[in-house]
Amino acid sequence: MPYMLLITALIVFVFMLNLLLGSVSIPFRAVWNIIWNAGGNDIIQQNIVLKSRLPQAVTAIVAGAGLSISGLQMQTVFRNPLAGPSVLGISSGASMGVAFVVLLSGSIGGVALSRLGFAGDMAMTVGAIAGSLSVMALIVYVSQKVKGNVTLLIIGVMIGYVANAIIGVLKFFSVEEDIRAFVVWGLGSFARVSGNQTTLFFYMMIIVLPLSFLLVKTLNLLLLGDAYARNLGLNIKRARMYVISYSGILVAIVTAYCGPINFLGLAVPHLCRGIFKTSDHRTLTPACILVGALFALTCNLIARMPGIEGALPVNSVTALVGAPVVITVLFRKRRNNGIAE
Amino acid sequence: MKKETIRIDSLSTGYRLKREVRVVARNINASIHSGELTCLLGANGAGKSTLLRTLAAFQPPIDGSIRIMGRNINEFSDKELSKAIGVVLTEKVDIRNMSVEDLVGLGRSPYTGFWGILDDTDRQVVRDALAMVKIEMLKDRMTDTLSDGERQKVMIAKVLAQQTPIIFLDEPTAFLDYPSKVEIMQLLHSLSRNENKTVFLSTHDLELALQIADKIWLMDKEKGVVIGTPEDLSYDGSLSSFFNRRGIVFDVGNGLFRIDNECSRSVCLTGNRKLFPLVRKALQRNGISTLTESTGCTDIEVNVSESDTGLEFTVKRDGKPDMNVSGINGLLESVQ
Repeated sequence: MPYMLLITALIVFVFMLNLLLGSVSIPFRAVWNIIWNAGGNDIIQQNIVLKSRLPQAVTAIVAGAGLSISGLQMQTVFRNPLAGPSVLGISSGASMGVAFVVLLSGSIGGVALSRLGFAGDMAMTVGAIAGSLSVMALIVYVSQKVKGNVTLLIIGVMIGYVANAIIGVLKFFSVEEDIRAFVVWGLGSFARVSGNQTTLFFYMMIIVLPLSFLLVKTLNLLLLGDAYARNLGLNIKRARMYVISYSGILVAIVTAYCGPINFLGLAVPHLCRGIFKTSDHRTLTPACILVGALFALTCNLIARMPGIEGALPVNSVTALVGAPVVITVLFRKRRNNGIAE
Repeated sequence: MKKETIRIDSLSTGYRLKREVRVVARNINASIHSGELTCLLGANGAGKSTLLRTLAAFQPPIDGSIRIMGRNINEFSDKELSKAIGVVLTEKVDIRNMSVEDLVGLGRSPYTGFWGILDDTDRQVVRDALAMVKIEMLKDRMTDTLSDGERQKVMIAKVLAQQTPIIFLDEPTAFLDYPSKVEIMQLLHSLSRNENKTVFLSTHDLELALQIADKIWLMDKEKGVVIGTPEDLSYDGSLSSFFNRRGIVFDVGNGLFRIDNECSRSVCLTGNRKLFPLVRKALQRNGISTLTESTGCTDIEVNVSESDTGLEFTVKRDGKPDMNVSGINGLLESVQ
């Protein structure tokens, strides 16, 4: 519990830093006034804080939380520490959806989507959601047919490869300008969401995220393995369907708005297990929400470090910052236990 | 207070594949009683696991019926089943960062609410379960630091916390050292007695099962399932015909198995009779059978005695001087 409070305090602190720091320096007092809407603010500074930094920070919080929860659930349901949100090809599905929208609109519709602005953004979001949900539906269907978790995992990875292959084919037939737009989308960013879309994204996640608590008992039982869980009264097929659907929807929404963000969902659950020294999902679920949010906010801050023109790709920052942290936690834990594995 | 808790009628077990039905065992008729420890014996591939999985409702029977406490197993909901049958399986459960107490607590899942939070009653049941298996001192240990024997006890505590009248165990003594095997079997036996549980387990540990089980099920691909007390089965020859292989002899007298080497020679034992079994075992292992004076003697006589330093032997052969040797090793060298 003290850890939870500490992390919450850190989230507030880093959130403030996110509003304060950036390539344009704005004094603390000015930021403070802008947030509390005290009059007499510089209109440019106000725009930077309210239309750029604030949406980014909010996006980072909910996206980080969502991906971490999804990673936690995937690792438990597949009993595989390497599982993550991207493992079932759901994010590849999103990429495929976006690829269809971006690349085909150029080749067939004759317009480069990148020029369309808002309508183009909207189309990409819809494409991503459609792509990821259709892959998810396929996986859920398969999960009711096959018995073993490993089989399902392999099928998921295969579907991911197929999606990537289709993307490759689409790219081959596309104009260069569209390919560039697609590649930029693929880098992942918390900054793409703006204005009304941030609000929509935020509300969706605020509704969906707490639903993760409905699955804690199911996930705790799944830790024991399918047979034991079943003997304790759990319907395995239904449990799998719930967890994969829920996790898939989280990934679909986040990927639609932020692009594929890889490292976070895999790493944060391990970080949480290391910090809280438990496998109990009643603790890990809130822990992943908090640590995921903090992690994403921190990465977002580093990506926009003062002195850097523009922003670094989020995917690079998450791995560069996150990998050493996770490795340190795992190493320290092993030394504490004094037991080699 | 023994009661029939499981009734099996013309049961066939097996798997339904796409085009065919693969039957593993057919037409089993039996009942299992509470307050008894029943051991299922059989060679690899005889269908022990399939039978256990079918009885635990992990897979449907191909034919026939299973009645649990008078009700057909198909009529049980998942929830009811989880309060009637508890299982301990061969798969290894080691969850990092989960304490023994929490793992045993998961056994309360059928009784806990939506969030799976344990109330005072649940916690008391968990404490009682740990006490019954005598592992209270392990309660704060992490499951991934346990030895195989400890982990098996934890899983048994989990099944006790589940408070089911019926407990199935799939090879609970596999991978354990011999003292731990004995300990686990004794534990299960006392649970069946003291808690009036129906305990049904599969095992490869023949001698242990024959000594401790109340009922034995012998399972074989051709002969089907033969059921009885260990003594009845050994008396009527079922056990010896069941394990009738070259080199294994079932000793009807003491109800235990013996590995039999073919003997080409024999010696005659005299002296301290108390020491005969030990000497006989060593000689038999080396292909020498033993006789005593009552059965008539051959040309080699071995006089067995005991001294402060250990076993002493005097080997007498016709036409040769007597030889005094000490220790089994010395004896073996002198008679070969």
